[in-house]
Amino acid sequence: MECTAGMTAQKPSVVIQPQTGLFQLDLLSVWQYRELLYFLIWRDVMTRYKQTAIGAAWVVVQPLINMLIFTFVFSRLAKVPSDGVPYPVFAFAALLPWSYFSQALSKASGSVVTSANLVTKIYFPRLLIPLAATLAPIVDMFFSFLVLLLLMLWFNVVPSWGLITLPFFILLAVLTALSVGLFTSALNVRYRDVGSIMPFIAQVWMYVSPVAYPVSMVPEQWRMIYSLNPMVGVIEGFRWALLGTTPPDPALMAVSALALLFFCLAGTVYFKAMEQSFADVI
Amino acid sequence: MSNIAIHADQLSKRYTVATAKYRHDTLADQLADSVKSVFRRLRPNATENRTFWALKDVSFEVREGELVGIIGHNGAGKSTLLKVLSRITQPSSGRAQIYGRVGSLLEVGTGFHPELSGRENIYLNGAVIGMKKEEIRRQFDAIVDFSEVGRFLDMPVKRYSSGMYVRLAFAVAAHLEPEILLVDEVLAVGDIAFQKKCLGKIGSVADGGRTVIFISHNMTAINSLCNRVLWVDNGQIIDDGPATQVVSRYLAKATDDGELSEETWDRADEGPGTDTVRLKRVRVQRLDGDQSEPLTMETPFKIEIEYWNLVADARLHITIHLYTPEGIVAFTTGCQNSQPLPAGLLRSTGYIPGDLLNSGIHRFVVLVVKDSSSVLFTHESQVPINILDVRQREGSYGKEPGVVQPRLVWTTELLDFSPDSSCQSEYSPYLSMQAA
Repeated sequence: MECTAGMTAQKPSVVIQPQTGLFQLDLLSVWQYRELLYFLIWRDVMTRYKQTAIGAAWVVVQPLINMLIFTFVFSRLAKVPSDGVPYPVFAFAALLPWSYFSQALSKASGSVVTSANLVTKIYFPRLLIPLAATLAPIVDMFFSFLVLLLLMLWFNVVPSWGLITLPFFILLAVLTALSVGLFTSALNVRYRDVGSIMPFIAQVWMYVSPVAYPVSMVPEQWRMIYSLNPMVGVIEGFRWALLGTTPPDPALMAVSALALLFFCLAGTVYFKAMEQSFADVI
Repeated sequence: MSNIAIHADQLSKRYTVATAKYRHDTLADQLADSVKSVFRRLRPNATENRTFWALKDVSFEVREGELVGIIGHNGAGKSTLLKVLSRITQPSSGRAQIYGRVGSLLEVGTGFHPELSGRENIYLNGAVIGMKKEEIRRQFDAIVDFSEVGRFLDMPVKRYSSGMYVRLAFAVAAHLEPEILLVDEVLAVGDIAFQKKCLGKIGSVADGGRTVIFISHNMTAINSLCNRVLWVDNGQIIDDGPATQVVSRYLAKATDDGELSEETWDRADEGPGTDTVRLKRVRVQRLDGDQSEPLTMETPFKIEIEYWNLVADARLHITIHLYTPEGIVAFTTGCQNSQPLPAGLLRSTGYIPGDLLNSGIHRFVVLVVKDSSSVLFTHESQVPINILDVRQREGSYGKEPGVVQPRLVWTTELLDFSPDSSCQSEYSPYLSMQAA
């Protein structure tokens, strides 16, 4: 239109048009909305245990009960070895990242659908939704971590210097949950089946991860394929950093990390492509 | 001329009916559907039938500081347009450029969490609608004041009454200070007093030089707030101009559709009545101007009753009971003639002055009375009297209460000077004015 002629000097702050390329990830806007990300995480944390009798204690009760069951079933009944550390500590060190991961994965998968009221009424980068859902359970992990320290004190287990690498393994766990969550949360918008299938996937995933047993029990020839599961590296890393068990293979970790970055990118691309129809389909 | 705030160029939004159908779909349905679609592909037109355009080639410009109303029927595409402009959904084609920070209010209380307290929700909701934390902190007291729920600030909002909830939610929204504000019909909730407060706030946003786009079905509000109105119908802008003009054209169209302005009975024995009197025609007419123009509160009009008097020298009185939209009789009026009427087709006309009735769809009942005492028959007229409120008023945006809204003479006079001499000079000793 000709009347816009005088406007050419000013740059539009927003241009609205159909999205074309696959790789317009617009990650900058995620950064611009970081305050909202913070509030979404804060909301998740604040509301998780509202109106429960023992409140935030659930955060530690769940992995503790799991640990007791594992100790009884795997250690006492099945006589599973535990890499030379007391089995309860051995199991809890793995349950720490695993509880986080399963929590984050299930929250992330349902996140976009449960945020339907936001998605249909307000604009913000939709990536914030699964991102907040995967980040919020880190707070839970922190509390469980304190319990683990008590357990270690009780069983006289001293952490190695590898403790400083723990943030790296936490990051890997977050990336794993996020990568899968990006796919499942977007898919869930169109197919609610995802909600039913995720608990099952999480359960199978746990058995192919060394939560209840050490990696050393996996036959040598399967070890390579087994390690494709990024949670193997995460759990091994946690055990090594906290309990000083055998360190994970650095080469394997690097491959794992790279593969994760790739999956995370692919998840983001998929999410962004699906995102356009969220408000119309949800 | 001020700068452009929004420039929309041929925005279109296509929905496939199938997309709507996928809602809460399952993979099993999807598989079944894929099988069906194999057959569907054999029919070339099939996919075209399943799409509809919620918006089709919508182009317009809004300048900085304009307060633009969007009106139209439900499903006309108003909300879709707002959703596209606020980036909730993407256009299928076309392009829009927005110059400035956009805030959109498609709903009050988006993101409110019932378990969180009022205080916490102010922060959460503020962040959701696009306020910075610092901004919320700065405005916090103002928000609480506006909401009038200060005492309950630390109570979870699930324990709030719906009125308190809405007030708090709107209070947050009202303190959003974007350069461009997009507002959907969010004010259909809450009590009248609070609605007025909110509309006043929107008005002051625009006075502050910011741009507002406002969807409403409240024509009074649109008229009072907006300088310009876009009328959206069938996904297209079919009218664009000064608020009062577009609103009255829109309302005229709305009254045209399916509403009759008269009842007639062709044959003398068809109409309602008795052996002695039978109605021929009942109609409502403006006293002057184009009959296709709508009736507004100011318009004088007449009700004409044509009837066959089949018995010479009957003493008949036509009486009308006029009902307000609420079903209350606003008044009864009847012709006063005491002369006997000749046999034949007669017409009695009642004249209703302007500035008398309140707005809304009024109905009336015609009574034919004989000898001032016995009601021969009553006829509930199907002709609606739709009185529109298109007055432009300051600070008032809704229907005033009252069975009628007469315009009366008012005077105000100064009886004594104030002991505080400072304000003396402002007033002349005697003021007289007619209240609007």
